[in-house]
Amino acid sequence: MKGDALFIDYEYCSGCKSCEIACRNEHDFKRGQWGIRVLEDKPWQLDDGSWNWNYIPLPSKLCDLCADKVSRGEEPSCVMHCQAKVIEFGSYDELIAKVADKPKTMIIRP
Amino acid sequence: MAQEFEWKTELDDETIIRTHAWSPPGCHPVGCGLQLHVKDGKIVKVEGDPTHPITRGALCPRCLALKEFIYHPDRILHPMKRAREDRGLNKWEQITWDEAYDIIEENAKRIIAEYGEESIIVFGGTGRQANTYYPLMAFMVFGSPNACYAQSGWSCYGPRATITAHLMGGGYPEIDNACRYPDRYDHPGWEAPKYILMWGKEPLKSNPDGFWGHSVIDLMRRGTKLICVDPRIHWLATRAEQVIQLRPGTDTALALAMLNHIVENKLYDKDFVDRWCYGFDEFAERVKQYPPSWAAQICQVPEEQIIDVATKFATCKHSALGWGLAVDQNPNGVQLAQALLSLLAITGNLDEPGGCTLGTPIAGDDDPARDMARWGYEAGVLKPDVWARRLGASEYPGFSTIMNQCHPDFTLNAMQTGEYTCHMAYFHSSNVVSGAIAAQPDKWYEALKDVDFAVAQEPFMNPTAMALADVFLPLATFAEHNGHVQPHYGLNAAFEAAINKAVTVGECKCDIEIMIDLGKRMHPHFWSQFESVEDYLEKRVIPKDMTFDDFRKAGVIQPEEVYRKYEKGMLRPDGQVGFLTRTGRFELWSTAFPEFGEDPLPYYMEPPFSPYNEDLDPAIKEEYPLILTTGARTYVSFHSEHRQIQSLRDMVPDPLLDMNPEDAEKLGIKDGDWVLIENQFGKCRQRANVTPTILPGVVHAMHAWWYPEKDPNAPSLFGAYESNINTLLPNGYIGKIGFGDTFKANLCKVSKDEKMEV
Repeated sequence: MKGDALFIDYEYCSGCKSCEIACRNEHDFKRGQWGIRVLEDKPWQLDDGSWNWNYIPLPSKLCDLCADKVSRGEEPSCVMHCQAKVIEFGSYDELIAKVADKPKTMIIRP
Repeated sequence: MAQEFEWKTELDDETIIRTHAWSPPGCHPVGCGLQLHVKDGKIVKVEGDPTHPITRGALCPRCLALKEFIYHPDRILHPMKRAREDRGLNKWEQITWDEAYDIIEENAKRIIAEYGEESIIVFGGTGRQANTYYPLMAFMVFGSPNACYAQSGWSCYGPRATITAHLMGGGYPEIDNACRYPDRYDHPGWEAPKYILMWGKEPLKSNPDGFWGHSVIDLMRRGTKLICVDPRIHWLATRAEQVIQLRPGTDTALALAMLNHIVENKLYDKDFVDRWCYGFDEFAERVKQYPPSWAAQICQVPEEQIIDVATKFATCKHSALGWGLAVDQNPNGVQLAQALLSLLAITGNLDEPGGCTLGTPIAGDDDPARDMARWGYEAGVLKPDVWARRLGASEYPGFSTIMNQCHPDFTLNAMQTGEYTCHMAYFHSSNVVSGAIAAQPDKWYEALKDVDFAVAQEPFMNPTAMALADVFLPLATFAEHNGHVQPHYGLNAAFEAAINKAVTVGECKCDIEIMIDLGKRMHPHFWSQFESVEDYLEKRVIPKDMTFDDFRKAGVIQPEEVYRKYEKGMLRPDGQVGFLTRTGRFELWSTAFPEFGEDPLPYYMEPPFSPYNEDLDPAIKEEYPLILTTGARTYVSFHSEHRQIQSLRDMVPDPLLDMNPEDAEKLGIKDGDWVLIENQFGKCRQRANVTPTILPGVVHAMHAWWYPEKDPNAPSLFGAYESNINTLLPNGYIGKIGFGDTFKANLCKVSKDEKMEV
């Protein structure tokens, strides 16, 4: 599974934080510890009147890309529970192609 | 034959129960797919269900925190009673279900004998399964005509559904998100809406009425563009092609101006108008009065933007309307609903792929789209002469011919004046004295505090039960019982599916079981036929040809999507083509409204509390210079629910008041400061969230705040009135038909609250 990573489409991350709780459910992390956190660039307005407001889910040191869950043939918990379907799991090579196709995206290797 | 849905999977060390959610814990009937992992009789893990055609494995934070809700140390697990003189004091005594039922039966029978069935009011909150069952508790268990949703002007969903019923009959127009196709967006013939006009609605957080909110993002990925109409720039609006950031409460002016532009420039669908609409000439004459230049002044938005948006919506077929709570919470909201439905109709976007679908009821007898009062007669429990004494029914016929409820403002007023006395109150998932829905909830508390007898049915203690109940019945969550869920309460149901019991917690029972138990006490001639919850579901709720076991094995049952039902005789019981109205057409000129004392055509009315309302006392305008709008949702609570769930509360620990940096600076308020929000009706405290996303001169307050961690005893009642914004929102400011309130547009002043610790 060398090179496994998460693809994040931050254009559509709605900031719901389902990933945070889903991750905690999967790993039984205690309060105050996280496998993933949603960061926010708070809203501000551009001169053309449009708005910039982004959320980015960022895995922590505790993220193991749900190795157990993935070994059972399932998706990582944050991927499965994401309401906006903005997190995808795959090999680095697969995900590079996705980034090439879609602006406002990134790849994170925890 | 579809593959059997594996609702129960036995593994070596655990069992997985797959189910479909409907609150409690609070939510609309969304029916999200869950997998509940059960070990030794306890839920050990909650996961989404990737096989669910709508939610596809996703869950929101509220369902993901289900385990915390179910096993919370404050959960009430047994029936309790309290001496009547101890109301408001945390002095409860655990009792058996039998004793609880004995007390309720004895009191209800005595009160009915002395004062009549109508002296009992069954209060229901919003969203929960109780929405289906609280009117039945009134009509079929106690024989009372008074089921009460205590929001001023019944201002949630009911107005939209009722105006739809009056103008076209039945159903509820909803964004076509391909929800009836097992293959969803890949289905041949389905198309993504070109535009969604998202009007006074931000559907991501609450999945309103059962519409899976994040499907809007699916649609955007497939090319749908958004036009948002909202006083706030919410996150979704930052992804919109444009946002009409209008002055709160002026929506009807904007809608009329869009219609003006579309009619004057002949951008409407002439074929649809000729064949299916009634009263177009009069309608065109009326909207002529409302040009975009006029609305631009009223709404404080650019005229060219109104023209642009109207043109796009009318000419880009098909496009959909997501109409939200802001339509209901407005005394001019009936006209807004009328204008928006007319907009959908004349642009040819009604019941079209990529437009708005219209529902047809798909469930059995307990489908709320059917007449629940009739079930009360059929059961031999509700008497016609008692039904005739339903509070406010004759005064508000436009309301009461569709809504099977008592009228909330009329009811409160009748109690306050002494014209009516409530002798028994049954709080059936209703936190009326401090929650989300009641305007001036302290007035409801005052009106109900001397009621002879009161019952509360809830999973947790809340301010209402603490203030008023004599008996507390512990309510099961959806993980603890078998049941049925369909989105939109059946009015436009994408599917129906089973709620499958996974665990038993304490002695908690579900709404149906409690209803059967009390029904057998009150009216055994009818209720003795039901042996169990599953038996009730089979006889009255799920499809007639199925056992409950068949039903749960069928998984998510999606009815066929049929567009243009008006062409196919599917909107009328007589099978004729057309709409279910007197004229058989979509009524741009309502034949029904004049009978309710209402104008048959839409018009604009300035909000009762606005800086520009000429009838409002100038002293009020001067004293309260800010426009107050309220009630936007968060991901972590359903109205007043979930406040005690730690991982959710950690995300939004305090109630927030959005205010623009300009206003904050003028008032010497910094982000995070506690502030006092006041007007002539009341006051409360929230924390300032200084943000440019709200217009200068406008503040937005979160709703339904109380503090489960604070003193339960009266007068605190868990801090019921410290931060509840509804204390500033009055009853009685409703439209002629009886709908609307000022939750989205009122006035206030804000100051830094020096007394509060930060």
